[in-house]
Amino acid sequence: MANETEYKPIEKVSIIVSRGSLEGVYPGLIMANGARMEGIEAQLFFTFFGLEAIIDKRMDHLKVATVGNPAMHMPTIIGMLPGMSAFATRMMKKEMEKLDIPPVREFITLIHDSGCEIYACKATVDMFHLKKEDFCPEVDDIITVGEFYEKSAGAQIIFT
Amino acid sequence: MPTTTLAGRTIELDADGHLANLADWNEEIARELAKEAGIEELTEDHWKVIRFMRRVYEEEGDAPSIRRLTKESGVDTKTLYKLFPKGPAKKAAKIAGLPKPKGCI
Repeated sequence: MANETEYKPIEKVSIIVSRGSLEGVYPGLIMANGARMEGIEAQLFFTFFGLEAIIDKRMDHLKVATVGNPAMHMPTIIGMLPGMSAFATRMMKKEMEKLDIPPVREFITLIHDSGCEIYACKATVDMFHLKKEDFCPEVDDIITVGEFYEKSAGAQIIFT
Repeated sequence: MPTTTLAGRTIELDADGHLANLADWNEEIARELAKEAGIEELTEDHWKVIRFMRRVYEEEGDAPSIRRLTKESGVDTKTLYKLFPKGPAKKAAKIAGLPKPKGCI
């Protein structure tokens, strides 16, 4: 049809993960993996609390935020009780396992093996006094925001 | 329903261009589907993935996720992406004569 716009398929995505809760980290990981599964070039850039997902000692212990999240349908006063976050995290992990969504560490390995590059944000790394050794081995490099934009040439940038 | 000619036969396709009927599939058709997908020759590793996908589909009604392929097919993630560049799960499903996988992972 003559007046129908022909859209070009997406060829490359550059996904930023800025949050460190379990529900903050997974959308970016699922999108990166999904991109690679579709043959779309992908890279992941972790910044601010998003770094939790690639810090070796922390990545296995991410939690669901039960406070300040109206979509949890849980009053803040209940959400703040000891054990609530651990409980919600356990529930979510169980549901994710049913859908074959891997735990964070396994997911990062899968995504990296699929050819997605993984970067940590230099400003945050400096701010939190972190070193390359603090990260899981899949992290390709610690890069500045300028380098992030260079590497994102031709990509759609997705902020999560 | 759209149709195509593969291995000298007229084959029905679904809306995504995958085979509409599981039973239409055979190895010769797989080789032709692979060529259409830009894979000139199916190696033993390709077959390992294809057979695994068909087995899971027959048993469970959906093609396996990339995670399961990695864990259970006997071919690791890096190899999977080398064998089926531009999207292993979907491409392998098509060559295996299965519908597009329903899962997100």
